[in-house]
Amino acid sequence: MEEKQRVNINVNGGEYSVEAGQNVLEACRGIGVEIPYFCYHPSLKVAGSCRMCLVSIGMPARDRATGALLKNEDGTAQIAWAPKLSIACGTKVAEGMHIVTDSDAVKSCRQSVLEFLLLNHPLDCPICDKAGECKLQEYTHAYGRENSRYVERKNVKPKHVDVMGKIMLDSERCIECSRCIRFCEEFIGRSIFGFVKRGSRTEIAVYPGGDNDSNYLLNVVDGCPVGALTEKAFRFKMRPWFLKVTDGICAESSAGVNTRVWSRNGEIYRVTPRRNDEVNGMFMSDSGRYVHLRFNDANRLRQPRIDSTSCDLGYAVSRCMEILKLGKVAIVANGWQTLEEMFVLGELSKACGAEVYMVSHLGEDDGKLVSADRTPNMRGAFVTGLLKDYPPADLSLLAQKIDSGEIATVLCLRENLMGLGLTPGHFKAAHIIYCGSLENPTSASAKICIPLRSEFEKEGMWINRQWRVQKFSKAVDAPDGIADDSRFLLSLLGEYTSSSWSDTSVRSIREAMVSRITMLSGCADVGPNGVLIDSSSFAGIEFPEGKAYHFKGQE
Amino acid sequence: MAIVVERKRLSWLERTYLPQIVSGLYITLKNFFKPKVTLEYPDQYTSLPAGYRGAPTLVKDSQGREKCVSCQLCEFVCPSKAIKVVPGEISADSEYAYIEKAPSSFTIDMARCIFCGMCEEACPERAIVLQTEFSLNGLSRSELLRDKRSLYAAGGILPDKIMKWKKVKDNSELEGSH
Repeated sequence: MEEKQRVNINVNGGEYSVEAGQNVLEACRGIGVEIPYFCYHPSLKVAGSCRMCLVSIGMPARDRATGALLKNEDGTAQIAWAPKLSIACGTKVAEGMHIVTDSDAVKSCRQSVLEFLLLNHPLDCPICDKAGECKLQEYTHAYGRENSRYVERKNVKPKHVDVMGKIMLDSERCIECSRCIRFCEEFIGRSIFGFVKRGSRTEIAVYPGGDNDSNYLLNVVDGCPVGALTEKAFRFKMRPWFLKVTDGICAESSAGVNTRVWSRNGEIYRVTPRRNDEVNGMFMSDSGRYVHLRFNDANRLRQPRIDSTSCDLGYAVSRCMEILKLGKVAIVANGWQTLEEMFVLGELSKACGAEVYMVSHLGEDDGKLVSADRTPNMRGAFVTGLLKDYPPADLSLLAQKIDSGEIATVLCLRENLMGLGLTPGHFKAAHIIYCGSLENPTSASAKICIPLRSEFEKEGMWINRQWRVQKFSKAVDAPDGIADDSRFLLSLLGEYTSSSWSDTSVRSIREAMVSRITMLSGCADVGPNGVLIDSSSFAGIEFPEGKAYHFKGQE
Repeated sequence: MAIVVERKRLSWLERTYLPQIVSGLYITLKNFFKPKVTLEYPDQYTSLPAGYRGAPTLVKDSQGREKCVSCQLCEFVCPSKAIKVVPGEISADSEYAYIEKAPSSFTIDMARCIFCGMCEEACPERAIVLQTEFSLNGLSRSELLRDKRSLYAAGGILPDKIMKWKKVKDNSELEGSH
C-alpha cells in the first residue's frame, strides 16, 4: 500500500500528525477529540447545514509582502485565527493548522446551535422510537442549555406520514440535516426526499408520484440523527436500551453485509448495518433486515422425527448413524453453513466416501449490496474442498444416481430436495435424512428429520464475494430441543474416525480447520473487518456476482 | 475471660416484691386513663403521612385520558424488575390518536415490587404514582400480578394542571401569536 501523506496539526494545544486529505472532524476523531455533528456522514457528501461542528481554526500567519512565516517574540509561529468559527466537517486539515474545540466561543456556539434546533422540536422523547440513540438528545445533554428560553408556540408540521409503507415521517422532529436527501441522491441514485417551504417552516417531504420505493430506503432511518424518520416494522416495539446487540453478517446474499442484530429475551427486534468500509460502508438492503423472519415460529422445525413420528434427539441421531453406515451415501450441503460446519462435513464425506452435492441459489444482482448469489457462504464450500465447480441450480444428477441405485442414503442439510429435481419416488427409493431449521415438503416426507439452528442461533464464519472471511456471533438462543449443528456433525464424524473431538465448540473446530487448510491460515481470529484470503487457486471458476458496491467483480 | 458481676443483695422489703407490684400496677392504671395509641387495624385505618410510598398505580389526567405513553423508563429503572410494559400504538379512530403511543399491556408484579418509588421518579408523564395502598395480598403469585386495568382502577384521576399533550391542530391557530 502506498504511504499516505501526513500533516502536522495542533488540536487544543497538542501537536499531532494526521493523515492528509481528511477533514478536521475525522482528524480530530482519529486522535480522540470529539466534535459533535448532525448533518455530516462519513459516506455522504458534506452539506454543512447543521453548524454543530463549529470550531476555531487558525493557520500560521505569513508576511503579506514576502510570504515569510511570522514568528512571535518567543520564536513560536504566529497564528492567524479565522475571525469566525468554521465547520469542522467542511474544512480539510493542512500543515500547521491550529484547531480549538474547547474554547468558550465554541461551547457557546454549540449551545446556541442546539437552542435553535430545539426551538420547534416537539420534545416528545417519551413516545419517540429514536430516544436512547438520538444525537439531538445526546448532544443536548452534553452541550446544550439546561432550560428553554422559548416562550412562543412551536410550529406545527405533518406528523405520522407514511413513506412507502416502510417509514414513518415526523416533520416536527426533523432538524433539516438533509442526510436522507443526500443518501437517496448519492447511494440510491434518485431524488426521493426533498425540502419544501422555507425558514422555520421548512419540512422534509417525499416527491409526489413517481417511483419512490427502493430496497435501500431504510438506510435513511439509520442515518437520521433524530426521530424524524423511523422504521415502521420497529415502531413502538422496544426501546433500544433494552436490546442486546450482537455482530452478525447478513445471510441474504454473498455480499456479506456486516450487521448488528438487536434482540431481547431471545427475540430479534431489528437488524441494522454495521460499519465496514471495505464491504458495505454503513448501509444494508431493506430485504436483508428481515431475513430473520424466515425463522418465525410458524414454520420452524422443532422436534426430531423418524417416519413422521416425534422422537428423542439422541435416538434420532443414533438411527441416523445406523442408516449412514449402510453406505452409498450422498451429502447435500448448502451455502448457509458456516465454514466450520463445511470443514466437518468435508471430513465426514472423506470418511464415509460420500459425494457432496450443492445447489446454487441465484437472484438478481442489484449492483449494490444484494448479489446474484443468494447464499452467504458458497465460496466457503470451495475453500473447504466440498466443491470444485460452481454448482447447478438443481439436483438432477443426484436424482439419476438414486434411480440407478448408486445412492441409497441422502444426508440433506437445509435444502428443500422436493423443489430441486427429486420426486416422492426418490424419497421411497432412498433414505432421506433431512437436517434443517424449517418445515418444508422435504421435511414432511423425509425418513428422519433433525432440527438444526438458524444462522442467528449459532456462531461461525462465512466467506463473501470478495473472498473476505467474516465472523458472526450468536444473537439468540435456539428453542429447546434443537440440535447444535457442529456438535451433530461431529458426532456423525466420530462414528467413522478414531479421532475423538473432546471439545465440540466452534472455536476448537476453527482451530483445527485453520491448521489444516493453508488458505485459511490467517483466519483464526478475523476481527471485526474480516480477512481477505488469496483466491488465485479458484481463478478459473465462474461466479455469478457482478460489479457492485466495494466489489470489482471477477477479472 | 468471663466477667463476674457482683449481684446486689436485695433488702427485706424488696424480697417481698410488693413495692414492684404496686409500682407496676400504677403504670397500668395511668395508661388506663390516657388516650389510645393503637388501632383496631383491619377495621380501622390510620392516616398516612404525605409522601407515603404505597403500591404503584397508573393514573389518568383530568380529562380521563390515559397518561402513560409506554416509554418504558419505569421498566428500565425498576431495581427489582417488577414492571413489564408492552408498548402499543393508539388506534387511528381514537380521540387521542395524535399522541400515537400507549401501553398495550402494563404489568406490575407486586410480589417483586419493593416500593422504592423510582418508577414514579423516572416517569416523564407523571403517569405512575405510588399511592397509599399498603395491604397487598393474594392466595397465589398470579393474584399479585397487577395488569393495566387493575392499575388504572387503583390509580384513579390525578388532577394535573400541565396539559402537555393538548393538541394544536395547525399553524393557522397560531397566526398572530408570533
